Amino acid sequence: MRFSNLFVLAVVLVACASASAQMAKYDNVGRTATPEEIQARDITILPSGKGLPPGKGTAKEGALIYATRCAYCHGATGKEGGPLAPKLVGDTTYERGPMTSWPFATSVWDYINRAMPRYQEGTLTPDQVYAVTAFLLYRSGIIKENDVMDAKSVPELQMPNRNGWLPSRLEDIPNLKKRGGRNGQYPGPDPPAAH
Amino acid sequence: MNPKQSDRRRFLKSGAALAGLAAGSIAIPSANGQSLKDALTQAAADTYKGTPGPAPGQQFDPIYGVRSRYETTGRVGGIGAFHHGPNGKFSRPFLGALTPLQDVIGIITPAALHYYDSHGYIPPDIDPKQHRLLVHGMVDRPMIFTLDDLKRLPAVTRTHFIECNANGTTSGHGSEPEATPQITHGLTSCSIWTGVKLSRVLEMVGVKKVATWILAEAAEGTRFSKDIPMEKAMDDCLLAYGQNGEAVRPEQGYPLRLISPGYEGIYNVKWLSRLELADSPAITERELYYNTTVTEGKYADHKSRWFRFEMGANSVITRPAGGQRLESHGFYEITGLAWSGAGSIRRVEVSTDNGRTWKDAELQGPVLPKAHTRFGFAWNWGGEEAVLMSRSTDERGQVQPSLVELGKIWDVDANYLRTHGLGHANAIRPWKVTADGSVYNAI
Repeated sequence: MRFSNLFVLAVVLVACASASAQMAKYDNVGRTATPEEIQARDITILPSGKGLPPGKGTAKEGALIYATRCAYCHGATGKEGGPLAPKLVGDTTYERGPMTSWPFATSVWDYINRAMPRYQEGTLTPDQVYAVTAFLLYRSGIIKENDVMDAKSVPELQMPNRNGWLPSRLEDIPNLKKRGGRNGQYPGPDPPAAH
Repeated sequence: MNPKQSDRRRFLKSGAALAGLAAGSIAIPSANGQSLKDALTQAAADTYKGTPGPAPGQQFDPIYGVRSRYETTGRVGGIGAFHHGPNGKFSRPFLGALTPLQDVIGIITPAALHYYDSHGYIPPDIDPKQHRLLVHGMVDRPMIFTLDDLKRLPAVTRTHFIECNANGTTSGHGSEPEATPQITHGLTSCSIWTGVKLSRVLEMVGVKKVATWILAEAAEGTRFSKDIPMEKAMDDCLLAYGQNGEAVRPEQGYPLRLISPGYEGIYNVKWLSRLELADSPAITERELYYNTTVTEGKYADHKSRWFRFEMGANSVITRPAGGQRLESHGFYEITGLAWSGAGSIRRVEVSTDNGRTWKDAELQGPVLPKAHTRFGFAWNWGGEEAVLMSRSTDERGQVQPSLVELGKIWDVDANYLRTHGLGHANAIRPWKVTADGSVYNAI
């Protein structure tokens, strides 16, 4: 009798243990996000083009938007810049800052959509963002005035400074040690000989 | 009345005043802060009536204390303002504010003096009750957390520095003789951060194996975003709501900041509102500006080095240092701070003869990983010219380089580094003491 009681207790304990293993570790903290909530806030654009919304625009269409929404800070042609706004069109492809040097056109689209115009962020429609992107890429000598920028063409663009970033392969980026980073420095791709 | 009795009477009186306040149904401070503050100030004034009160100009705040009016140190720079250069010269706009490192005591930077560089954007005004952290992307269960949710989870407290990749600059202001530690190294600060381990939250959402990056986004106007490798996110990143025992300051990311210990400042995303797990970095604008392209030597290849992540072994003497003056001969403790993005500081050496000889300094503790570490070195100044330097070694064995050694890594000479910005400039900083006791930057 006593033995069978122990057996029942053991069975109950095992059952409890497996139930608690299935329970969330931090029960009822946070909640599941709905697809709508995610969609409302997810503005990520990857270099692959993932995340780019439908829409299109050309440099011609972008010129007017640029003149009214961007030129006030960045200058009439994008080459000028201002005290609080960088120049957007560089004189060389490797000049630090201007979009001429950026490796992916998706980053251009993303930043305009994400952060511009200053203090009026989020007020440009996807078509307008495509158009301003086209305008800047046209001014930078990367596309023609009538080239249509959309979710397919933006990620396909070969940017002139695509290989000007080290390491150039995205999959090589995470492992700093493997690529020769030490003491906060990373000259790469050819680390100096040990001395 | 003897002083002891006087103190006791004051105590009793103020205690009675407070008791009266409580009985009189004055609301809790957060609900009616101003009126309670007024009442407490009045109670204090009544209590002290007839006794010598605060001196003229002395501030008194019973709710949230203020420092003595004799303490005036502060950050320099400011949003949209011009940076005060040495000797009162005005120079380029500096859209941030530097910590007065020479005045910081111990290893913790007061939150009010913690450097910030929001790149020209004003801190957003975020109601913590409305703030939500969305974690989604390549996960089993996308989730939304309120700040209260995060505070229900097991908390950790860690002491870490945050350092801008432009800190320690050896060019521009960092090369001028009058530069102070604030000007040369004021873009590092160290706080005690409290929050939830990022890895804990990532376990809750269930990260899919294909995810290699985490994209961290801020709730401010430009939706600042930074790509962080998964390995770092699972290692020691924190979702911090606390800084030095109180809520994270607005300019530091209130109500929630991602802490990426040892990494460049921009990986410590403020006003954190979204984390997305992905199999690629997003390469947002912030990846594309503050990188290094040298224009001399074998690395003058017009290539930019991005994702440099970790800050190197560094240190700076904060006293005696540039902008200060030794008033008399005799004993001084040379004191300063050392830190490394790789982990703990193992050793700091000090030279008083321009690097010819080095002696070990005392690590005064606590010695914590990826945190400012205070060192001290006994020194008697006899009035001779001297050049003071400190050199740190971290737990990985990385030794802080001299300016020449730093140049060798990049195949440029020291003069190049005195005229060009490099970023991650962790070169040994020499301070020159002249015969009259004035101390100058001698980089």
